[in-house]
Amino acid sequence: MKTTSIMIVGVGGQGTLLASKLLGNVLIGAGYDVKLSEVHGMSQRGGSVVTYVRYGDKVYSPIVDQGEADYILSFEILESARWISYLKKGGKLITNTQKTWPMPVITGAMAYPEGIVEKLSAMADVQAVDALALAEQAGSPKAVNVVLIGVLSRHMDFPEEAWIKAIEETVPPKFLEMNKKAFQLGRNA
Amino acid sequence: MKKLMLGNQAVARGLYEAGCRFVSSYPGTPSTEITEQAALYDEIYAEWAPNEKVAAESAVGASLAGARSFCAMKHVGFNVAADPLFTASYTGVNGGLVVCVADDPGMHSSQNEQDSRHYAIAAKLPMLEPSDSRECRDFVKAAYEISETFDTPAVLRTCTRVAHSQCQVELFDREEHALKTYERNPQKYVAAPANAVKRHIEVEKRMDALRAFAETTPLNRVEMGDTTLGFVTSGTCYLYVKEAFPEASVVKLGLVNPLPVQLLKDFAEKVDRLIVVEELDGVIENHLRANGIRVDGGKDLFGCLGELSQNKLRRAMGEALPAFDAYDEAVPGRPPVMCPGCPHRGLFTVLSKLKLTVLGDIGCYTLGSGAPLNAVDSVLCMGASIGMAHGYTKVLGQEAARRSVAVIGDSTFMHSGITGVVNLAYNKSIATVLVLDNSITGMTGHQQNPTTGLTLQNEPTYPIKVEDICRAAGIERVRVVDPQDMAATEAAIKEEIAADAPSVIIVRRPCALLKYVKAKPALSIDPEKCKGCKSCMKIGCPAIRFSDKKASIDATICVGCGLCEQMCKFGAFERKEGK
Ligand SMILES: Cc1ncc(C[n+]2csc(CCOP(=O)(O)OP(=O)(O)O)c2C)c(N)n1
Repeated sequence: MKTTSIMIVGVGGQGTLLASKLLGNVLIGAGYDVKLSEVHGMSQRGGSVVTYVRYGDKVYSPIVDQGEADYILSFEILESARWISYLKKGGKLITNTQKTWPMPVITGAMAYPEGIVEKLSAMADVQAVDALALAEQAGSPKAVNVVLIGVLSRHMDFPEEAWIKAIEETVPPKFLEMNKKAFQLGRNA
Repeated sequence: MKKLMLGNQAVARGLYEAGCRFVSSYPGTPSTEITEQAALYDEIYAEWAPNEKVAAESAVGASLAGARSFCAMKHVGFNVAADPLFTASYTGVNGGLVVCVADDPGMHSSQNEQDSRHYAIAAKLPMLEPSDSRECRDFVKAAYEISETFDTPAVLRTCTRVAHSQCQVELFDREEHALKTYERNPQKYVAAPANAVKRHIEVEKRMDALRAFAETTPLNRVEMGDTTLGFVTSGTCYLYVKEAFPEASVVKLGLVNPLPVQLLKDFAEKVDRLIVVEELDGVIENHLRANGIRVDGGKDLFGCLGELSQNKLRRAMGEALPAFDAYDEAVPGRPPVMCPGCPHRGLFTVLSKLKLTVLGDIGCYTLGSGAPLNAVDSVLCMGASIGMAHGYTKVLGQEAARRSVAVIGDSTFMHSGITGVVNLAYNKSIATVLVLDNSITGMTGHQQNPTTGLTLQNEPTYPIKVEDICRAAGIERVRVVDPQDMAATEAAIKEEIAADAPSVIIVRRPCALLKYVKAKPALSIDPEKCKGCKSCMKIGCPAIRFSDKKASIDATICVGCGLCEQMCKFGAFERKEGK
C-alpha cells in the first residue's frame, strides 16, 4: 500500500500531541509501518504547531510536504488557512471553527482574516466542526482533540473498536468516559 | 516487542541495552529527552550538569573509572564541551564513551545552525549519523563498540527530525558490561606536552584504522538500483532521497567521519550521475572532491540553508512537484509568546517602559524581544549577556551604564553567568545584571537546575542561591524583587542602574507552568469602565483581546495573574472569587 499522509495542525497547548499519539496507536494496531514527526521547543509557547503522521507498507520521509497531505486535521481555523497548501488535490480538510488570536492580531498589527471557512470550502473538500462546543458538551473544553479524532475516524477505514481501544491506551482512566463521549460526538458530527 | 519511540527515546533505549551506566548532560532542544528517558532506567545513573563542559568532563571521568558513559547536548552545547572533548580524543577512553550532539537545521529552536560534523573532523573523532529511531538505538550500540575497539570517544549526530520523529523500535535485553578496571597510566591520561606529542601519533594511527573500518562496516550501505542516478547521503536526507527517488542507487553513510573513500570511488564509477545530498554544509561533497571523486551535484543544487525535504529534492533535481493551492490572503503569523501568568512579562513591561538597552540572553525571556514588548537589544549565546554588558559599559561609560542592563535566567546563570559576574567585580564594572529566577529551566521544558533544590530525579539537594554566589564573587549591591510588583521592580532597577558599582537584581517568581503554582480565577473586564486606552495591551498577554474599542479577556487561558490590572487606570478589571 502506498503511503498515506496526515497533518495535525493547531496552536501550542491545544493537545495536538495526544491526538497524534492516539492516531499512531490505531495505525500500529492495524499493522502499518508508521512515522510521526513533531517539533518541540519554541512552538509550545502558544506558537503554531504541526505534527506529521504517515503510514503504509514502508514509510521513508517523516515529514509531509506541500501538496502531499491526504488529510489535514486542524484545531484552529487560522491554522487551516496557514497549512492548506499542504493538502493534496482531492485531500480532505477537517477543521475546528475555534479562533485563537495570534500576537500580531492582539497587538493590532494585523486583522484576523474573515470568512476563512467559506474560502477554504471553495478550494477543497472541507468539514468544519465546532469542536469546542462538542468538547464542552462531553464535559471538558480540553477534549477538543478527541472530538476532532472522532471526526477524522469517520473518514478512515478502521473499525470503531480500534479507535476506542487507542483512546483507552492513551487517556488517563479518570477521563476515559468523558473522552469516549467526546469521540462519539465527533464521529457523529 | 515493538514500541513507537521518539529518536531521543530510542537513543536512551540504546544506552540501556548497551549497558551504559553513567549519563551527564545539560538540556538543549532537540537533545533533552534522551537524558530524561535514560533516567527512567534504574541501571543508569543520570544527572543534569550545570553546563555541557561539566557534563562532558563527568562522562570522561566515568569512562576513566571503567563505565560505559554518555553525554548529550544540542549543537551549540558542543561549543561549550569542545575543550574537554578535543583532548579526550588524545587520551582515549577506558569504558566506552559516547557523546550525542543534536543539530537543528532550520533552527526550529536554536540561535544558529552550525554543522557539528566539522567538530568530528577537527577533533578526529568517529561520528555516526542515524536516520530514524530504529537506527538511533542500533547506532548507540555500534558507537560503544567503536569507542572501545578504537580507544576513542565516539560521537552520535542527530538532528531535529531524527530526535523528534517516532517509528517502531524492537526492544532487546540489556547487555551488562562489567566495569573495566582503572589502571593508572599517566602517559595516556595526563595530557601534558611530552605525553600528548606521543598520543597525537596514536590519534593519527587510530584515524587510519577507522578509515579502513569505514570501508567494510555495515553502518555504511550501498543500495544499487537504477545506475543513471546515484546519491551519496546520510541521516534524514537518506529518507528524503528514498521518498523522492525510490529507483535510484544510493550510498547510505551511517559513519560520517571518517568516510569510506574507496567505497565511494567504486560507487562513483558505477553511476552516470553522482549527487551528494546533505543538510547544511557540503562536508561529504568537499571530502569527495578532495579525494578526486567526481561530484555532479551537491551544494550547487541544494544550498546550505535550513532543512531539506522530499519536495526540495524534487525541485532541485528538476522533477515535477505535487500540485497544491495556497491561501491567497496574508495569514497572520503565530510566533511563540510568553505564557499567560509568565513572571518574565512584568519585568519586560518595565524594561520596555524605561526604554533601557537590554543585553539579553537565551531562555524563555528571549521572547521579550518580540512585539509588543520589543525590549531586547542583543542575544548571542548562553551567558553572553553579562560579558556583553561589561564590554558595552566599559566602552560607553557611566551614561550608558545608567541606561542598560544585562538579563539572564537562573539556569543560564548557573550554566555560564557566574564567571561573568566574577569579571564584573574583578574588573571594576558598573553594569547592572538582572537574574530572572523562575526556579526552573523553562525554555527546554522544565528541567531542574542547581538553583531549584531538586535533582533530575526530583530528589531534594542543596539549593544554590544566586545572591550567595554574587556576594561571594564580590558584588556588594545584591537585592531581590518580585516582578509581579511592577512598581517595586521599576524602582529597584532605577536605583541600581544609577549606582556607580556593579549590581545584581534577582527578579524572582516561579514559572506559571510549575505544578505548585496555582492559577487564580480568570479576570474579566467591565465594558462600561473600559475606555479602550489599550494600556493593558502593552504587556503582550495572549489572554487579552481588543475589539469594538474595548479590551476583553479569554477566560479559557487567563490564569488571573493580575498584571493587566496594574496597567489599568480606570479600574475596569474585575476578579470573580472562587473558581
Ligand atoms: C550552550 C547551550 N546549551 C543549551 C541551550 C538550550 N537552552 C536554551 S535556553 C536554555 C535554558 C533557559 O533556562 P533559564 O535560563 O532558566 O530561563 P527560562 O527559560 O527558565 O526563562 C537552554 C538550556 C543553548 N541555547 N545553548
